[in-house]
Amino acid sequence: MASQPQDIHELMRRREYSAGFVTAIESDTVPPGLSEDVIRMISARKQEPEWLLEFRLKAYRRWLRMEEPKWAHVHHPPIDYQAISYYSQPKSFKDGPKSLDEVDPKLLETYKKLGIPLKEQEMLAGVAVDVVFDSVSVATTFKKKLAEAGVIFCPISEAVREHPELVRKYLGSVVPFGDNFYAALNSAVFTDGSFVYIPKGVRCPMELSTYFRINERNTGQFERTLIVAEEGSQVSYLEGCTAPQRDENQLHAAVVELVALDDAQIKYSTVQNWYPGDEQGRGGIYNFVTKRGDCRGKRSKISWTQVETGSAITWKYPSCILRGDDSVGEFYSVALTHHRQQADTGTKMIHVGRNTRSTIVSKGISAGEGQQSYRGLVRVLESADNARNYTQCDSLLIGDRCGAHTFPYTEVRNPSARLEHEATTSKIAEDQLYYCRARGIGEEEAVSMIVNGFCKEVFKELPMEFAVEAGKLLAVSLEGAVG
Amino acid sequence: MLEVKGLHAKVEGKDILKGLDLSVRAGEVHAIMGPNGSGKSTLSHVIAGREGYEITAGSVQFDGRDLLALPPETRACEGIFLGFQYPVEIPGVSNLTLLKAALNARRKYRGQPEIDPGDFLAWVRDRARLVKIDPKMLSRGVNEGFSGGEKKRNEILQMLVLEPRLMILDETDSGLDIDALKIVADGINALRSPERATLLVTHYQRLLDYVQPDYVHVLARGRIVRSGGPELARELEQKGYGWLEAA
Ligand SMILES: Nc1ncnc2c1ncn2[C@@H]1O[C@H](COP(=O)(O)OP(=O)(O)O)[C@@H](O)[C@H]1O
Ligand SMILES: [Mg+2]
Repeated sequence: MASQPQDIHELMRRREYSAGFVTAIESDTVPPGLSEDVIRMISARKQEPEWLLEFRLKAYRRWLRMEEPKWAHVHHPPIDYQAISYYSQPKSFKDGPKSLDEVDPKLLETYKKLGIPLKEQEMLAGVAVDVVFDSVSVATTFKKKLAEAGVIFCPISEAVREHPELVRKYLGSVVPFGDNFYAALNSAVFTDGSFVYIPKGVRCPMELSTYFRINERNTGQFERTLIVAEEGSQVSYLEGCTAPQRDENQLHAAVVELVALDDAQIKYSTVQNWYPGDEQGRGGIYNFVTKRGDCRGKRSKISWTQVETGSAITWKYPSCILRGDDSVGEFYSVALTHHRQQADTGTKMIHVGRNTRSTIVSKGISAGEGQQSYRGLVRVLESADNARNYTQCDSLLIGDRCGAHTFPYTEVRNPSARLEHEATTSKIAEDQLYYCRARGIGEEEAVSMIVNGFCKEVFKELPMEFAVEAGKLLAVSLEGAVG
Repeated sequence: MLEVKGLHAKVEGKDILKGLDLSVRAGEVHAIMGPNGSGKSTLSHVIAGREGYEITAGSVQFDGRDLLALPPETRACEGIFLGFQYPVEIPGVSNLTLLKAALNARRKYRGQPEIDPGDFLAWVRDRARLVKIDPKMLSRGVNEGFSGGEKKRNEILQMLVLEPRLMILDETDSGLDIDALKIVADGINALRSPERATLLVTHYQRLLDYVQPDYVHVLARGRIVRSGGPELARELEQKGYGWLEAA
């Protein structure tokens, strides 16, 4: 999911290089299981400074005393944390299929439906790609532009080496190492992710990650992303990919931290399509993510937009802490569950500063036997005079074996707060479908059109290119949902 | 063009159409009148292909093809258009999106390429002008928050854009003021041609003042109980349906 700004040459070199290393270090490859020794080894392997090792160890010790959250409206067989290998060398392209001919035709069909270019398909499917690749020059050009603007955008492990003072200052400052079970685990064992730093007054000259998306083949199981926007700066960050991503790691527990200082704005968009498993739910990814934004400065703004169609199980609550006076938090979400997928998502808006405002728009779509819960918390602290929240939760059911559940929580400790909540649950009405069909539009296209209409308020928050892809993604994800 | 023979249809176990015959040739305009609940909308939906009707006897043919075997989208692509008595709202889906999808579905059905986006816009704007629909309304959600009159005009707009061969208009004139009625009538007349046929379901003579029918039928108790020329409609206007229902 994280993206890395290095160009393809570099990426290939690194992979080849580490692949060459494998035999040499194979003897001390980390065996499955988690212990302080394993964490020390990861940290040593990455040549990390002492403070980071301490951070990991503290998190690990806390994690040992924690329990998996039980309250989420999802069910899965117990995860054996000692059966996971917490550090493995990046895979070589040599391990992958030699050409698209060797790739699961079903996956290719989906890529085709999504209109993903051939070269990109090869990257996604893990085919050893020719080094002469169109995007190389594109990536290099953009990298240069970012550097000119003073923007730092690099893998977090590189940031630890190159900008230790920044990472140390902000890492864990939004999601503390002991925040929750999965965040603690991530803090103990994270191996990669992205770091973004936008200097004072800089408007990031491009949307981060669109062009680097294709590099994200080797996504980590425990990713760590940190974005810091200095005073008056602005950035839009795109995460994810519409193409279904397969990964042999079933458990994914990422942490994303955003920090916005005075007048800064961060827009974080996610289109996530992890492999959801087959119709029986086999082989799908468990996605347990902690995402939190801290509007630390006055008049700062953090906006989360997400389109979730993947994973067997999703557990995720992008949140905003509205600390600065007049700061603004937004959450726009589309979540789709089909077949046996389960999603427990929502957001938390914590109003701390005065005149803070938050908006929540959540659109849930369930089809097949998909189960979906929206869980939203709006908390207004005593200090938050004149806080405002608007929450809108709409659920759309396709068929009668799926479900949608809404759990809005509010905690208000300041009487000047004004909270509005609207919720609707609707079925795709027979008469809407019939109306479209009576105009000549086939059933599947009609469903996808109606669903896209339902999601419009969220899609319009996405960068244009992503919005188009997200629309297609929903259409493909809903295939076979009716009839 | 359209041949309905001995049609019996049930809704939720209740007999609604009980042996209906109707024959419409290209170029003709037929008006169907009749009391509320007599089965006019049922007939329209059975022709358009709505699910939930049980056809227990009879047949419906369109250009010699068995219409009842086709899904609604295929019937539409074959050139059947139903202007709904109660047009449906589809929030978030713009009128343009719906029209483009509908137009391209037809083109695909005929093996033609998708319409050029520029040509499409020009075509829709041109048609919108005919029914006095503000171009701004085109980007609004389908019938979303439209007034009753706007919804009806929007049905006519869709019809003008799609240029069907058989137009079925189910009480499109109900609830319209006189100006809107004229607009709707102009829309229908604009498409009148020797290749096309029209089925006007209406309660009122006033629409027929603007769209001259060739035949008028009275539907009562699930059957056509009387057929005639335009003069039948005027007679109904004076006498009501009572004398026919008793017959
Ligand atoms: N979905 C339905 N379920 C039950 N009864 C229906 C349904 N649709 C129509 N009907 C009944 O069928 C009869 C004919 O209705 P309709 O075709 O709408 O009449 P009209 O359009 O002539 O007013 C009425 O008695 C109506 O109540
Ligand atoms: Mg009716």
